[in-house]
Amino acid sequence: MARYQARRRTDAVARALCVAATVFGLGWLALILLAVLWGGFGGLSLSIFTQMTSPPGAHGGLLNAIVGSLIMTALGVAIGTPIGMLAGTYMAEYGRYSKLTFFVRFINDILLSAPSIVVGLFVYEIMVARMGHFSAIAGGVALAIIVIPVVVRTTEDMLLLVPGSLREAAAALGMPRASVIGQVAYRSARAGLITGVLLAVARISGETAPLLFTALNNQFFTANVNAPMSSLPAVIFQFAQSPYKEWHRLAWTGALLITVAVLTMSVAARVLSARAANK
Amino acid sequence: MRQTDATVQTAPAGSASTGGKIAVRGLNFYYGEARALKDINLMLQVNKVTALIGPSGCGKSTLLRVFNRMYDLYPNQRADGEVLLDGENILDPALDLNLLRSRVGMVFQKPTPFPMSIYDNIAFGIKLYEKLGKSELDGRVESALRRSALWDEVKDKLSASGLSLSGGQQQRLCIARTVAIKPEVILFDEPCSALDPISTSRIEELIDELTDDYTIVIVTHSMQQAARVSQYTAFMYLGELIEFDDTNKIFTKPHEKRTQDYITGRFG
Repeated sequence: MARYQARRRTDAVARALCVAATVFGLGWLALILLAVLWGGFGGLSLSIFTQMTSPPGAHGGLLNAIVGSLIMTALGVAIGTPIGMLAGTYMAEYGRYSKLTFFVRFINDILLSAPSIVVGLFVYEIMVARMGHFSAIAGGVALAIIVIPVVVRTTEDMLLLVPGSLREAAAALGMPRASVIGQVAYRSARAGLITGVLLAVARISGETAPLLFTALNNQFFTANVNAPMSSLPAVIFQFAQSPYKEWHRLAWTGALLITVAVLTMSVAARVLSARAANK
Repeated sequence: MRQTDATVQTAPAGSASTGGKIAVRGLNFYYGEARALKDINLMLQVNKVTALIGPSGCGKSTLLRVFNRMYDLYPNQRADGEVLLDGENILDPALDLNLLRSRVGMVFQKPTPFPMSIYDNIAFGIKLYEKLGKSELDGRVESALRRSALWDEVKDKLSASGLSLSGGQQQRLCIARTVAIKPEVILFDEPCSALDPISTSRIEELIDELTDDYTIVIVTHSMQQAARVSQYTAFMYLGELIEFDDTNKIFTKPHEKRTQDYITGRFG
């Protein structure tokens, strides 16, 4: 009986520690969310979405930054997703047993945790320095380099989850390899593949460092990808450091917008992958 | 191999031979260095059911997977010897595998419907080989589903996902899918081991009906099933073909003691 009591005490202590650790971690997250909401909600108004960033003292919005973020995120996804998907497909399907796959997986893991400022500097060297000016396309490329390892990883993982029996069944019908992959494996892993892209989008939509070295910033509206372009993270970075009240307020609102967008995408990714797991 | 007579080489003695469909000669199979099949010689009769029985790990599934070169999907698996399908050696490295697999279909242990509609599950395979109009394709899908005794259960929900069917229905869908591309040989790899007795008997009836048009090979762990559905039975043990004969003979008076021990449940 004494042993049983001792076990119960150990259980209570362990459980208390687990709960405390969870609360500690979640607590900070809740505080951050509350702070962003507190600081950003008041600044939300229609003009945020209709006006450009303003000079200090004037009333302004974030339209140029929002559009810039959307354009460069789209560029990053458009460039990075096909490369990532194809590489992931090679690793899970054609080259599952090859040495190259092992090597690429290792490099990809390094790239996955590479500091994004290094990516920014790299693109600065190969694009900005050569072109002679900052540009949105350079920003898109920098973001693509961050997208690629995320998509490679999820594509490979999701395709590896597709049961081999399904591939065998497709091959047994005389289906060529490309159809087996394109029509059966992709279809079966679809929710997971979309989740991977959403996670990549969530990851890059808050990136600042790679954009500072590539797209820089622009206080005017532009849709020209060959010119410097504004983005929400860059505006937050610039405005938050400034001494002006209006700029602080815009920075908070920008932070709220990004947070809500990332949160939405993460939740969507969660829901999708849960649905995929239930299938 | 300890063969009691020459029957293993050709058609089993005493059978009204209708001719060979697949001839296996001196077949060896290797998983890396491990030799899983040892000098197999066998003749599969056209439009008959041949059952492969034996304890787990005896090589019966391995042998089955040679007939459509399924092992080719994996590295370090290889076969040598000869497997002649209508006289053509299918182990030839230059052989078009997709063409071979359109002639030799396979139904697996676990039902494997594709993640698409019931209709597409069947139409998909057909479209790989033939360019058909919509109504012609509809007809082919229907006849494949009728052939596999599934039509009445699914005719009103052809656009539903193949995954929404029960296990037994899924397995019949897989059979329909295989039948739809009009193969000559159908391989069954323990097709009922994941099914309940009622679904099992439906599949067995189906196999029986399919012999009108197809040469069938079935791997099974159930000796009753082998006795019920097959005309010929091959008993395998430790990678060797021990005995191959009329199913009746194998189950009533086998030549080999090991066969007798296995079918009477003394080992395996």
